[in-house]
Amino acid sequence: MDQIILQFLNGLDKGSAYALIALGLTLIFGTLGVVNFAHGALFMIGAFCAVTVQRILTLSTVVEDPTKTDFLGNPSKISTPYVESWFGPETGAALIDWSVPLAIVFAIPIMVVLGFIMERGLIKHFYKRPHADQILVTFGLAIVLQEVIKAFYGANPIPTGAPEVFRGSFDFGVLIGFDPNAIIYPYWRMVYFAFAAVIIGAVFAFLQFTTFGMVVRAGMADRETVGLLGINIDRRFTIMFGIAAAVAGLAGVMYAPINSPNYHMGMDFLVLSFVVVVVGGMGSLPGAVLAGFLLGILEAFASMNEVKAIFPGIDQIIIYVVAIIIILIRPRGLMGRKGVMEE
Amino acid sequence: MLGLTKKDFTMFIVVIVMVALAPFLLNPFPQGSSLAQMFNAGYPDLMQRFVIFGILVIGFNILFGLTGYLSFGHAAFLGVGSYSAVWMFKLLGMNVIPGILLSMVVAGIFALAIGYVSLRRSGIYFSILTLAFAQMSYNLAYSVLGNPASNFNLTNGETGLQLLLTDPRILGQSTTPDGSLPVTNFFGIAMRDSYDLRMGDWLFTFNAGYYLCGVIMLISFYISIRIFRSPFGMMLRAVKSNQQRMNYTGLNTKPYTLAAFVISGIYAGLAGGLLSSMDPLAGAERMHWTASGEIVIMAILGGVGTLIGPILGAGFNEYFKNILSKINDSVLHQWLGFLPDGIEDFLVTIIHPFVGKGWHLTLGLLFMIVIIFLPGGLVQGGQKLGRKISGRSRRDAAKAAEQSKSAAE
Amino acid sequence: MSNSNFTRRGVLKTGTIAGAGLALPTYLSAAAHEGFTNAPTGDTVTLGFNVPQSGPYADEGMDELRAFELAVEHLNGQGDGGMLSTFSSKVLDGTGIMGKKVGFVSGDTQTKSDAARASAKSMIEKDGAIMISGGSSSGVAVAVQGLCQEAGVIFMAGLTHSNDTTGKDKKANGFRHFFNAYMSAAALAPVLEQLYGKDRRAYHLTADYTWGWTQEESIAAATEALGWETVEKVRTPLASTDFSSYIAPVLNSGADVLVLNHYGGNMVNSLTNAVQFGLREKQANGKNFEIVVPLYSELMAKGAGRNIAGIVGSQNWDWKLENEKGDRYAGTNAFVQSFGEKYGFPPSQAAQTCYAQTLLYADAVTRAGSFNPCAVVEALEDFEFDGLGNGPTLYRGGDHQCFKDVIVVRGKENPENEFDLVEIVEVTPTDQVTYPVDHPMFSGGALGSCNPGA
Repeated sequence: MDQIILQFLNGLDKGSAYALIALGLTLIFGTLGVVNFAHGALFMIGAFCAVTVQRILTLSTVVEDPTKTDFLGNPSKISTPYVESWFGPETGAALIDWSVPLAIVFAIPIMVVLGFIMERGLIKHFYKRPHADQILVTFGLAIVLQEVIKAFYGANPIPTGAPEVFRGSFDFGVLIGFDPNAIIYPYWRMVYFAFAAVIIGAVFAFLQFTTFGMVVRAGMADRETVGLLGINIDRRFTIMFGIAAAVAGLAGVMYAPINSPNYHMGMDFLVLSFVVVVVGGMGSLPGAVLAGFLLGILEAFASMNEVKAIFPGIDQIIIYVVAIIIILIRPRGLMGRKGVMEE
Repeated sequence: MLGLTKKDFTMFIVVIVMVALAPFLLNPFPQGSSLAQMFNAGYPDLMQRFVIFGILVIGFNILFGLTGYLSFGHAAFLGVGSYSAVWMFKLLGMNVIPGILLSMVVAGIFALAIGYVSLRRSGIYFSILTLAFAQMSYNLAYSVLGNPASNFNLTNGETGLQLLLTDPRILGQSTTPDGSLPVTNFFGIAMRDSYDLRMGDWLFTFNAGYYLCGVIMLISFYISIRIFRSPFGMMLRAVKSNQQRMNYTGLNTKPYTLAAFVISGIYAGLAGGLLSSMDPLAGAERMHWTASGEIVIMAILGGVGTLIGPILGAGFNEYFKNILSKINDSVLHQWLGFLPDGIEDFLVTIIHPFVGKGWHLTLGLLFMIVIIFLPGGLVQGGQKLGRKISGRSRRDAAKAAEQSKSAAE
Repeated sequence: MSNSNFTRRGVLKTGTIAGAGLALPTYLSAAAHEGFTNAPTGDTVTLGFNVPQSGPYADEGMDELRAFELAVEHLNGQGDGGMLSTFSSKVLDGTGIMGKKVGFVSGDTQTKSDAARASAKSMIEKDGAIMISGGSSSGVAVAVQGLCQEAGVIFMAGLTHSNDTTGKDKKANGFRHFFNAYMSAAALAPVLEQLYGKDRRAYHLTADYTWGWTQEESIAAATEALGWETVEKVRTPLASTDFSSYIAPVLNSGADVLVLNHYGGNMVNSLTNAVQFGLREKQANGKNFEIVVPLYSELMAKGAGRNIAGIVGSQNWDWKLENEKGDRYAGTNAFVQSFGEKYGFPPSQAAQTCYAQTLLYADAVTRAGSFNPCAVVEALEDFEFDGLGNGPTLYRGGDHQCFKDVIVVRGKENPENEFDLVEIVEVTPTDQVTYPVDHPMFSGGALGSCNPGA
């Protein structure tokens, strides 16, 4: 029982990452009708926003220390981060410690602007082109973006820790009557889950309760009619692209402490997030979120030793098996709309 | 001629000549010049890859170009074909023919099963189904099916399925008299045998394996032309333009699309079998989704739905992949050595991020440039160029394009 | 500028032009005169360095490439000579190999067997490389080793740790300087006993592919011999990035040690996840919970950041070895000096093994007096040497594996600088990590006979 609860928690956590990425992907797809293979790259760039903020905060003055030598026998260097010399050692250290949450503030404008540039500079020209062309050009863009990151940051993962207060884990089991250590869960992963819930809620509220959101939803349903009403739907769609990029970026920023960011982390998530979107149903935002959590939870359960003993290797393929079954049972995924991407 | 129209026949002849003369065409620079080290592509391995990936993409184009069904899991058939062929070399003997035949049969069966299920859906749902099947094959081949410690080691996991000195090879020999592995051959002609022709400073390599692959590629190409021009091909095109209309007329389109799927699966299996015949080691990475993506890229790069496009796309992709990754700084210095030092160093610094470890970056940029500026792929680029040379005015071209468009509809 | 040919660029320029011009590809062709593949005919010889330049191991690959470039420089008599001065064999004099200038070509393995073989093939067929070296994974090493055997060139393996490389997949033309999973286990076992006692229960998380399996087998065997119990062996998909669902059940399984048979990005992620779950602070069975990472590397330690603190593992070499453990490891400082001067940071163990392999090849050719692979094989087999940073070493003829001391390291609690991530705990002497050629973990293959190709 405790194992099942534990894996359920894991599934929620995995699922929140999938859901966030799939949400952004569906926003772009639903509004613009564009299959964006560069979405994983946006997630990755978000994570590197966190890395960059950490790097900026740890920029240091370097002084030589004659009492010690480095590996070549030269005087070794002592570096003191500027923020520590400006704000005092304690405030400075705290700032560095909180670099990931701080990065959120920087990531939002960066990602929105990046989204605008992508949409206006490239995607715009591909609205009328076949989906295969869209896939190819955004895939090319994804490769270019990740190679640029690799050129600056290298291929090795870069440790980007959560603030000290969120390290360690919380013993859930004791609360509900299990032995100590039976169900423990890291604080930062709980933060991630809560964060994902807030973002998903915010996006839905935005689409549901604002005029802007209403127009966008109308545009998703019938672009031409909305255009005929004299509403500049294009500009709103550009803004939606920016928002989708920001969602992906924020998912990346907060993911940085969970797994050290590396340049190809976007590609690792890309295929998975497409499967999530399609299982949820093309063009359906609730579907994407639902499918994200569903696949996350199933993936967590499939990795249990008891399950693996019955089906060897099931944890390697569970996502795909589920995807095939769902698409075969429900022709348009869980909540897909008729006629979207079926031609 | 051969049941082809005059235009198709001319194109076929051009392809035959190109395949036959490839060792000359791909080695334009004299051996030893710095340009040769960078740009010459006339060595057996790369030439074999050109034609083998040509076969793969020709087959993919029969499905995608004609029916519009975008399979994102075609690499699975390539992988299955490769494994089948290597198993033939392990169990039966080193003649490549049984291996190639088995790879086609097995890939065909796989395609039939996967196609039967996947073709129940269309559009992106179809793409994701094929992707899911391919990723399942890849993941299983890498782990559970490839554990050397288990009795069921079908793929040998990460290392890839390879020949061993202890393999039975009932129709051949397990080990050559001098204690090495026997080599793949076509009725005694070893696939890796080459004849070097020296002409002054130039060196041209004629490789037996390349010519075998070349001949098979020409046959595949010929069959593909015939399919494109046949009533069956017309039917597939009709599926692409409007499947619903077809269904309303009371015609069941599924057997046609399934046939196209299986044919293109067999092409992929054939390509896999040939890859293994040229180099008897089959790695699971051939089935990874990026490999499937690469097939799509090659098809679109060349020009979807055109006959010659797949060959151009495959050639373009393989060429740049192989050449760019091998350029390092010392090659650059040597190549730009004629320039004054300051400029040379500056240029090397500029080019450095795009070659060697940065070859992905250049390839990504090239994809984007081609797809942005040449929506019809390289074939369209060639046509544009041809029009410019022949001096036809733009208006004429537009008119012709319009006409061909309306004719197609 | 024209009068100085001593700049690195100038020399490289002349070197490679001549190399490309005269090392004609005679791979498997009837035109070979010397009776072996790619026999160098002019005054240069071309080596092929096949390293991962894209994918997750790209940084390790770049470090290998740096070491190769340095080795070529030293062989050609430029720079400070590095380990040439400490190497016990003195036949290399900085005039290249047997008077021929050394040129090289590089390629990208992408850490994929297929791509690595294609890249190696192009080096052999197009560039006329007579030796292939490098690589950062065992699958690639085995695949390229097989190719070199068939083509008739020498393969000097880079970083490959699986038992299979010199076990069931060993080849006459292939040689490994790096240590292997069995040696890691044998070196770690006494240290683990000393640190954590005889009564421990271990939980294995293993990357689900060839290398992971051999390491799991080796470590489990060695720790069980100590009296440890193996609670569970769990395989994790190679493509995993989030290990939470594999880590979560560990604490409640009755285990008190977690063994991570992961490498590279996998290890960085699984260790980060394990630390996130707070395993390091927990108690199990009345003891502190411990994590062991049998194969360590500097880049992994860098990627894991402070999560690595206190984690025990093994390495083939470390740049602090000579400073901390004395003259026995001569060569280390010479290498660190010339590498550090040139690139500004200390070399990794991958760099050291690649540098050593290049020197060993050059030395073997010179001692054999021929580039013929069979002569080189003969010269390397049962060759005993010293001064390449690992102490006295034997290249065993029976399986082409190097036998030398293995170092056991631990992640530093408070690193002084960004290079100082691990501390050396112990050096396990050679005889404790030596095993017979026919050890069951290495059985099932044969070297075969050397193949000169052509």
